[in-house]
Amino acid sequence: MAMIQQTSPGATATETPAAKTLRGRLRISEKLVEGGIWLAGIISIVVLLGVFFLLLKEGLPTFTHTSPGEFFFGDKWYPISEPPRFGTLPFLVSTLMVTIISTVIAVPIGIGCAAYLSEVAPPKVRETLKPIIELLAGFPSVVMGLIGLLLISPAVQSMFNLNTGLCGLTASIMLAFMSLPVIVSVSEDALSVVPDEFRQASYALGTTKWETIWHVCIPAALSGIAAAVMLGVGRAIGETMTVLMVAGGALAVPISPADPMTPMTAAIASGIGNAVRGGLQYQALFAIGLVLFIMTLIVNLFADRVLEREKRKFARV
Amino acid sequence: MTSRFRHSALIMAVLLMAILVTAGCSSAPTTGGANELSGSIKIIGSNTVTPLATVWAEDFMKVQPKVSIAVSGPGSGPGIAALIDSTADICQASRAITAKEIDQAKAKGVNPYEIQVASDGLSVVVHPSNPISDITIAQLSGIYTGKITNWKEVGGKDASIVALSRDTNSGTHVFFKEHVVQMAVLPTADKKLEYGPKVLMLPSTEEGVSETAKNPNAIFYPGLGYVSDKVKVLGIKKTANDSAILPSVKTVLDGTYPVSRPLLFYTNGAPTGASKAFVDYCLSSEGQKRVIEVGYVPLAQK
Repeated sequence: MAMIQQTSPGATATETPAAKTLRGRLRISEKLVEGGIWLAGIISIVVLLGVFFLLLKEGLPTFTHTSPGEFFFGDKWYPISEPPRFGTLPFLVSTLMVTIISTVIAVPIGIGCAAYLSEVAPPKVRETLKPIIELLAGFPSVVMGLIGLLLISPAVQSMFNLNTGLCGLTASIMLAFMSLPVIVSVSEDALSVVPDEFRQASYALGTTKWETIWHVCIPAALSGIAAAVMLGVGRAIGETMTVLMVAGGALAVPISPADPMTPMTAAIASGIGNAVRGGLQYQALFAIGLVLFIMTLIVNLFADRVLEREKRKFARV
Repeated sequence: MTSRFRHSALIMAVLLMAILVTAGCSSAPTTGGANELSGSIKIIGSNTVTPLATVWAEDFMKVQPKVSIAVSGPGSGPGIAALIDSTADICQASRAITAKEIDQAKAKGVNPYEIQVASDGLSVVVHPSNPISDITIAQLSGIYTGKITNWKEVGGKDASIVALSRDTNSGTHVFFKEHVVQMAVLPTADKKLEYGPKVLMLPSTEEGVSETAKNPNAIFYPGLGYVSDKVKVLGIKKTANDSAILPSVKTVLDGTYPVSRPLLFYTNGAPTGASKAFVDYCLSSEGQKRVIEVGYVPLAQK
């Protein structure tokens, strides 16, 4: 120790053995960290592929006892009857209906909120509001389900004079709340990277703030906003607990959003508990899971594409 | 930076080891001294039986503080599945195990052992403002298959019926389908009848009762233990000519209430150790007293 202290002032020119081992150690830890990161990256890919193959392995045998036509277009789901029927059309239609309506509700509010935060709000307000909105994304879905059950469903029932408030519309409203944080956060990011020159040029032409937001900022950030919407849609498609609690759970193909319905996620969640491993119902539920996985994969890939294009666009500017 | 990282990694590893080791220590039921029992009992199954099993478990853990009992109620189906997969010590069920499930259990070396712990009168409830006070089984079948859609068809006001049901996990769902929807007790029994597609399949009994309490057009069928004064219980007529019977301890015990059923425990073989002591407590006169307090029907005194 004492020797190192003595030699340390002149150590910059000629390396001492101690410094060498230190460098060596650094190199080893560097390697370790690199390896760790590589492993983490590989693990997530392996898990994704594993899930996909599991879904294929458990789900595809469904088509040995139910024809694809019956599975996709049949409207009778009686998994525990003799003989069982596995028509999933009601679930597919419910999922599409609930997702589309929640998107229609969430997108204008989400973009409006993002435009306010990015273009109008003073920096202090933005800095306080944005983390709070992002915090909303972490709300447990079972809590959202309870809120839907206790507050939104009676309100929807009396507002639209329905037979029951447990319906697709209530589920859509809850899903809109749940996808809002993602839409707001990602859209706001997209709007805030629109170069300031764009705004200045617009103002120089004598436009108002509203015209600048509507005709300049939002179009410039459009691909980012589109990605935000796609991510919101992905969230809405995959959400389970909330729709299980408030969508009503009827097995008919829904005609209107005010009908009680069972989206695909709710059908899987409510059926998997008593499905015996490897049984017919088990396979059919996995097949629904496979369809759902492919749907969310397509939405996410699409969002990724759009986001990528966004990045390249502003790399040029 | 690196040394700090390595430090925290070390701490994490040690913590992880500690957690794993302690997790591995949770022991199977073992008998300690003469009366001191220890171990853990996992009870999974019927949502209907859950309130009762919870009360029993709390009582039992007061007497035997070293025994820990966990009760969860996803439904009879998942409970029996858990028994077959040996992830539950006791399965609580509101329907009997099926021949198919027994075969599956035997294939995995599990030998289901049935113990009746109480009885239940499956109650049909509506909103308190609903004017009707009784209903026949054939009418109920009509409502749940979707043939009857308006309350005026069964003597009520002109409003469409919101039929609530439990989902397919539920033993109550299966029992109600066999005994009411398919009218097993009547000469008109038809095994082909199914719940209509407009019936709402709910994930829990609580949700059904709370929706019925809020919705003037709803009808639901909870176990007796879930009935509260926020909903109105209907008298059940076996046929239009019979008199309406309300579910109660008396009418279930003497067999006059048409839709009563046993509440069951299933274990892998006859229960032993802590599980046996728990089941014995449930069947004791003290345990059976609690059955009435929770709202179900105790076993007939022998």
